[in-house]
Amino acid sequence: MRMFQRWQTTLPIACATSALLLAGCASEGGGGVQSQKLATITTRGKLVCGVDGKLPGFSFVGPDGTYRGLDVDVCRALAAALFGDPGKLEYRDLNSSERFVALSSGEVDVLSRNTTNTLSRDAAGGNGLSFGPTVFYDGQGVMAPISSGIRSLKDLAGKPICVETGTTTELNLADRMRELDVPYTPLKFQTGDQTYAAYLGGRCVAVTSDRSQLAGKRTNFPNPSEHALLPDVLSKEPLAPAVVNADPAWADAVRWVTYALMQAEELGITKANVAERVQLAKANPNQADLRRFLGVEGEFGKQLGLPADFVVKAVSTTGNYGEIFERNVGMGSPLKLERGLNRQWNKGGLIYSPPFR
Amino acid sequence: MAVASTDPGGKPAEPMPWWHNRRALPWLVQGVVGLVLLLLIAFLLGNLVRNLTAAGLLLTWRWLGQPAGFDVSESLLPFSPDLPYWRALLVGLVNTLRAVIAGLIGSTLLGTLVGMASFSSNALLRRLVRIYVEINRNIPLLLQLVFWYFVVFLSLPNGSAAPQLPGVVLAKSGLYLAGFGSAGWELPSLTNGVWHAPLQLSVEFAALLTGLIVHVSVFIAEVVRGGISSVPRGQWEAASSLGLHWWTTMRRIVLPQALRVIVPGLNSQYINLAKGTSLAIAVGYTDLYSVAETTLNQTGRAIEVYLILLTAYLAIDLGISALMNGLNHSVQVKER
Repeated sequence: MRMFQRWQTTLPIACATSALLLAGCASEGGGGVQSQKLATITTRGKLVCGVDGKLPGFSFVGPDGTYRGLDVDVCRALAAALFGDPGKLEYRDLNSSERFVALSSGEVDVLSRNTTNTLSRDAAGGNGLSFGPTVFYDGQGVMAPISSGIRSLKDLAGKPICVETGTTTELNLADRMRELDVPYTPLKFQTGDQTYAAYLGGRCVAVTSDRSQLAGKRTNFPNPSEHALLPDVLSKEPLAPAVVNADPAWADAVRWVTYALMQAEELGITKANVAERVQLAKANPNQADLRRFLGVEGEFGKQLGLPADFVVKAVSTTGNYGEIFERNVGMGSPLKLERGLNRQWNKGGLIYSPPFR
Repeated sequence: MAVASTDPGGKPAEPMPWWHNRRALPWLVQGVVGLVLLLLIAFLLGNLVRNLTAAGLLLTWRWLGQPAGFDVSESLLPFSPDLPYWRALLVGLVNTLRAVIAGLIGSTLLGTLVGMASFSSNALLRRLVRIYVEINRNIPLLLQLVFWYFVVFLSLPNGSAAPQLPGVVLAKSGLYLAGFGSAGWELPSLTNGVWHAPLQLSVEFAALLTGLIVHVSVFIAEVVRGGISSVPRGQWEAASSLGLHWWTTMRRIVLPQALRVIVPGLNSQYINLAKGTSLAIAVGYTDLYSVAETTLNQTGRAIEVYLILLTAYLAIDLGISALMNGLNHSVQVKER
């Protein structure tokens, strides 16, 4: 009887709590042909952007207290394209295991958080996301202290390796090590902070993540020059912004604002000269391509549910893709990463915007 | 005798309106509350299904049979990445239960000792115990775990420099204990700078266990202290007038009577401990929550994974409650 009474009170409470939690997980879905998300963002008056927040080069809080980084600039370009004002933007710091729940529950409108585009994340039967263009072509790497003498994956046999949980890197590592038949111990942590603290504390002989992330985190180490990346690249990691699959119109808006940054670089339109190029386009009816791209004529903006001059607003806020890259992760930044695969398609890279037509 | 009730004296009473009936009224209130709850749940579940359908995500459990693809750092059951998700979750559950059971035993022993020590005749010991309790009681569990792992355990040296006690070695790579191995009784041994022992605990498990035991034991100590103070002073005085030693008094006279007060209070501390194990991921120990998080991220089945988690923790907590209710029943005064 006592047991029965306990159930009488515990069970409904447990059910109600779980139901509340679950409903909270999925309170915002919906949407048909019209973009419900775009309407929500406009009504709210600001964009909510999910970022990592602790990754130098991609998204982190600078010494002046403002967010900066490549992922942050994608958010700023989106806010500028929507509102003409990058200030109408709110950031949410998300760790790798929170990010998809935050996105699918509608807590953030867009995830711009060094997230790898994969089949299972994209598929409707998987995470049900919709990825924008790849803004950074990366690969998974392994970092170890130079003094450890570890120079290849085989040197890691029987050793503990620190991994941040909820990442593709966890699976890639398991796959590669099984292929090489190298046994190892994965030590998983929930946040990057804990992962790198355990690595620096000497619990793991190596830490694995995207090569760009390792380079970014290394800039915060007490002695960055004592740690080196192994030459092995374990995987392809195309990092891209993501939105929920259920709202194709909003996904298109995110996709084409990002493409606009890439197209602007291809056309030589920069933060400094964009105003001048608009004046030239206005004065010159023969430059139809440029006039459409900059919103002087045509209705690209309207088709996306954005202002006609969204490209101008975005580029004048953040600059084009090349400027964003150089400023945040390129040679002009502490990370000093080569453009490599992230050059424009006509310069030997993979950055390629479909035509603005 | 259908509706009318009788008073204790047995005389027939005035027929009473049904809403004054002491038996019907609680049922009515329960019924209304239950109905409101059911409606709320129905509304929330309806909302959930509507949203899930709109997002193209309906509940399914087929993914449980798919290969997990990730590895776990320690497991009592054999595990490899080609085994299915359900197996990975089971490994996590076993690891959680291992932490819960070890934590329950450790925190009960330590908590009882600390609780008894606060009645010691030694004033220094009493004061030290108060300080120990106050410090630990006011620091959140997560902070304590992070402290034990990152500050204490990860600053230990490896190899021959690791602190050693007879039969126990505590190194950064783990805790090594003497025990029965393939060659009988074996002590921890060092080969090529790496320790080996019949009983090895990962430093992650050791840190989790230390944090849990230290944190929960002070709450248990407070419960024990409350229980002991509930025993009338006269019992102590009677025992001492018989010439019984402090320890004998405590063990034979005070504790058996205090248990009636202690056991119900222990129950909630035990449940706190069980729930506290889910912070294991902060110190890199692969418990159920950690495996579930990886699973969630790889499959995207947030709702299903959370349902599994809710059910598992509910089952563990109800299991503890049931055991403690049984124990409570056995320590209560038998009225004859």
